Amino acid sequence: MPETGNALEKPRVGLFVTCLVDSIRPNVGFAALALLEAAGCTVEIPLAQTCCGQPAYNSGADDATKPLARAVIETFEPYDYLVAPSGSCAGMIKAHYPELFADDPLWRERAEKLAAKTHELLSFLADLRGFRPRNVLCKATAAYHDSCSGLRELGVKAQPRALLDAVEGLELRPLEGEETCCGFGGTFSVKYSDISAEIVGEKARNVEAAGADLLLGGDLGCLINMAGKLRRDGARTRVFHAAEVLAGMADRAIGEEA
Amino acid sequence: MTAPAQDFHTRVEKALRDPQLKIALERTTGNARRKRAAAVAAWPDFEAARAAACAIKDHAIEHMATYLEMFENNARASGAQVHWARDAGEASRIVIDLCKASGAKVVTRSKSMLGEEIGLPHALAEAGLRRVETDLAEHIIQLAGETPSHIIWPAAHRTREDVAKLFDQYHHEKPEGHDVVSMVASARKELRADFFTAEVGISGANFLVAETGAICTITNEGNAELTTTPPRVHIVTAGIEKIVASTEHALQLTRLLVRSATGADLTQYTTFHCGPKRAGDRDGPEEFHIVLVDHGRTRMLAEMPEMLRCLRCGACLNHCVVYRAIGGHAYGGAYPGPMGSVLTPVFDGLEQSRDLPAACTLNGQCKQVCPVDIPLPTLLRHWRARSFRAGHEPKAVSLAITIWAFFAARPRLYRMAQAAALPALRLFAKGGWISSLPLGSGWTATRDFPKPPRQSFLAAIRKGATR
Ligand code: SF4
Repeated sequence: MPETGNALEKPRVGLFVTCLVDSIRPNVGFAALALLEAAGCTVEIPLAQTCCGQPAYNSGADDATKPLARAVIETFEPYDYLVAPSGSCAGMIKAHYPELFADDPLWRERAEKLAAKTHELLSFLADLRGFRPRNVLCKATAAYHDSCSGLRELGVKAQPRALLDAVEGLELRPLEGEETCCGFGGTFSVKYSDISAEIVGEKARNVEAAGADLLLGGDLGCLINMAGKLRRDGARTRVFHAAEVLAGMADRAIGEEA
Repeated sequence: MTAPAQDFHTRVEKALRDPQLKIALERTTGNARRKRAAAVAAWPDFEAARAAACAIKDHAIEHMATYLEMFENNARASGAQVHWARDAGEASRIVIDLCKASGAKVVTRSKSMLGEEIGLPHALAEAGLRRVETDLAEHIIQLAGETPSHIIWPAAHRTREDVAKLFDQYHHEKPEGHDVVSMVASARKELRADFFTAEVGISGANFLVAETGAICTITNEGNAELTTTPPRVHIVTAGIEKIVASTEHALQLTRLLVRSATGADLTQYTTFHCGPKRAGDRDGPEEFHIVLVDHGRTRMLAEMPEMLRCLRCGACLNHCVVYRAIGGHAYGGAYPGPMGSVLTPVFDGLEQSRDLPAACTLNGQCKQVCPVDIPLPTLLRHWRARSFRAGHEPKAVSLAITIWAFFAARPRLYRMAQAAALPALRLFAKGGWISSLPLGSGWTATRDFPKPPRQSFLAAIRKGATR
């Protein structure tokens, strides 16, 4: 099947940028685009995309989630891969779309097919593309936070570290409780903001104790949560999505103005 | 059996304001996490043991009726009396009637979460029976007039310093010092006489063994043996999900249960109790009663059978960021933490307890450490969906979700709203950050929020931007 062969050589990737990156930090989207292209992919960015529906799904609003999930399925079905710069959104599509349509054989099948070709960005680059950044410089020490969905639903752990290892000048520092939730939890951080604040407080203390210049991670929601707390506490740690560092696009950290 | 859950937020606020609570919780759960991690790391094939444990429980759950019947027959043959209770009220009534029939005035009790679930402490008090809690931590919270805040360490919310104060205040013979040894010695003296005057001893059970009709208790302090052996009557209360096919199965599960709970290989006491004292036995109760409690479990069999695997090890509590932040009392049910947030809606009703499954980040660490691989996040989400469908969610929340989903399903409308919202939000920012977010004041009470960009990523892409 020559077509498949071609696809693997230069696969067509649909970039699902995620609603948070789209609205809050476009730089992560541009970094993802650059990395995927550098990794030999043809990248398309469907303009009809909005959100994977996770906020509704985790609020128990299954009926409100379904139209959003169907739209993502329809939009991204034509590509060889759906790639998202977020373990949480990729996990939603990969692990939860099939559950969402458990009682709907037609859509379940389509959801399962899309799930099979859906990937979180960093693990896609490392595992499926064998990619390593070249000639990327970042003279800094960094701590890495493993966001929960990526870690536990998708097994993203070694890949970001392997990629960051190839960045010249970057030194990863251990972070106490790196696998412990930062307290974001999507709508949880607003509905139960006081509990969320307590949890991210502990995280921020651990990040400061790590003493690194940068805090990196693979999920913008968690990063905004931690960055916002660090900033409120007066810490000087600069926070980036790992893709920004890997693409050499880590100029302005979260919250830094031009 | 619990305080109404409507004031979850109030209880949370109270817990978060208590710096002592945080210290106490961190000591207990931090220790437990470290010890469990060491025990799991030292286990040659933990994952295989976990899979085997799941299979053992699933087998027992699938054939629950058969094994319960086998258990009943074998227990009867050993001389035990078996009672069936449909719900909490019935279970408590059976126990109280048995106490009354035996003419008891003093009742000793060794720690049992099922007892808390069915409201037994309260029922005993109402019946005018003097209840003596013999587990050290239960003794502490009895002195303090509290309920357990952890299923393994009921006094996890209290620091050692707190406990010293309680003992000084209430013990007939004050502790000689505030070191652990002196305090334990003081509690031992305080309880000693009651062990031998109590007419009835009440315990729970970790396992009900179908093939022998025995019940198994797993404890550390020896108080269970002193609660179940000297009194004339021993009453066991146990949930029907405690059933296992064989002694071998019970022992296999014990290995996982104990390591997950405390990190130890075994507890000090693993005791199988089978029937009353026989002719020629030197000790043991004359009457041995087993109260088998359903209380929602057959409903769970249909709705969430995985939850019936739960061994009550407490690992999910120790690893839960929410539990560690708010402690057990804030949950308002007999069982706190992730497992409690799944169980409390079964026992107390979903409308009452809808906050519990909602107040969770779904980070999945509970499932990761659960020795019987219960998909706790999935079950919590199941309750959220039920609650949303039933209209229990606050109107403002369900409306916000519905409106947002309406826009998100219409990309053109969504883009227009987004294009209007981003510049508007920027007006609230100072130097790259928003420190007071409209509609997000909960967030910005303790955290800043980054200033959003002028235009979204997709708007920039549409205009041909490349970075
Ligand atoms: S749910 Fe799992 S981890 Fe939690 S108490 Fe039960 S067995 Fe232990």
